[in-house]
Amino acid sequence: MPLIPLHYTDLALAALLLLVNGGLSVRMALGLERPLAIAAVRMVVQLSLVGLVLKQLFALESPWLTLAAALVMLLFAGQEAMARQERRLVGWWAYGIGTGAMGFAAMLVMLLALTTAIRPSPWWDARYAIPLLGMVLGNAMSGVSLALNTLTSAAVRERAAIEAQLALGRTLWTALRPVLRHALRTGLMPTINSMAATGVVALPGMMTGQILSGIDPSEAVKYQILIMFLIAGATGLGVLIATLAAVRRLSDARQRLRLDRLAQRR
Amino acid sequence: MLTVERLCNSVLKPASFHVDGGECVAVQGPSGAGKSVLLRAVADLDPSDGDVRLDGAPRDGMPAPEWRRRVTYLAAESGWWADRVGDHFAVLDPTAPNKAVGLIEALGLPGGALDWLVARLSTGERQRLALVRALVQEPRVLLLDEPTSALDLDATARVETVLRHEMARGVAVLIVTHSPAQADRLAKRRLHVEAGEVREL
Repeated sequence: MPLIPLHYTDLALAALLLLVNGGLSVRMALGLERPLAIAAVRMVVQLSLVGLVLKQLFALESPWLTLAAALVMLLFAGQEAMARQERRLVGWWAYGIGTGAMGFAAMLVMLLALTTAIRPSPWWDARYAIPLLGMVLGNAMSGVSLALNTLTSAAVRERAAIEAQLALGRTLWTALRPVLRHALRTGLMPTINSMAATGVVALPGMMTGQILSGIDPSEAVKYQILIMFLIAGATGLGVLIATLAAVRRLSDARQRLRLDRLAQRR
Repeated sequence: MLTVERLCNSVLKPASFHVDGGECVAVQGPSGAGKSVLLRAVADLDPSDGDVRLDGAPRDGMPAPEWRRRVTYLAAESGWWADRVGDHFAVLDPTAPNKAVGLIEALGLPGGALDWLVARLSTGERQRLALVRALVQEPRVLLLDEPTSALDLDATARVETVLRHEMARGVAVLIVTHSPAQADRLAKRRLHVEAGEVREL
């Protein structure tokens, strides 16, 4: 089955759906028409640019440019993960912990995938590396930002309970365990849920894309399963590293709760 | 027993004082002067500089949890981490609930309070149960931050009786109180805190 090419008129037709949504928003005074329009325009512009960049990247076949693109993606992911946090660590930690954890986890998972399972030639071929990294980073970013946000807000909310335990001579680790568990669970839940519901409720985007472009569904499924494992691996590792690093930063050698290292809420 | 030399941090100016075993020292001063800050610094819950010792043993020479178990801070607002009151005792020490019942009754609450839900406690009940929670561990020094602020006269008197009993056992008490009468009843010496400066009166 050949790929059915899309024309710009087809896209414009689909965009009409948003006009319906926008009209409803105006009619019901929801105030969502502006954010909806901005998000739609951003989506179109960003994706078009990415299309151009990917085309160039695939054509140039340079390992350094591929690496540079991967780094830019990581830095954006770190920025986004930080922006989603209500209470941030002061200084570079807010950015550094999330970015470092995601970078380490994504690198490990990507090396595993590209050198064992997929093995493109050369192994860093941007056509494989960049889309895979995009999926892995996108999910790790959600997990890490959820986990860090939960950790810091729960530590602030539970301050009296945590410090009461510290004052009674319990270790910081014991006092923080419920908060830590809560953060890890929150960070990992979307990944676990999406694995559990996939195929039954939702057909994943990548698999749908492969099927639409004419790939045998059973091959597309195998790719999707691989991706799911990569995503779960990177998210789990990233969430764990980021959360433990943040706990370390929120405490000190004398096992105090250092909420003074969180920025004031704006 | 508890000796403090040049204890200071971002709020406190260098403070030096001591509290002997069986003695109670009242900490007084206007709100926001740094009374809680002083107690938290002694308990090592906030970073501070200076030399703090218990019976000559330096604070920094022992692990922080061990120090806080001996020199226990009781916050003005108590913190709770489990649903049931009794669960806050069982985890610390398996025999703690038994020791707790006697103290709970001495403070005017029924021994069955261990089965109560924390969410349904009144402020005064919380305050007394938090004191019991600290006492069952038999700390050497008590750092009490307004321990009777939510209590009526009868309950306040009961708390003071329990504290005198602790002092008779050799426990040193540092108590923040806004009540001059309470300071008179319990303490022979006073520390006055104002704008982070600690002076002995």
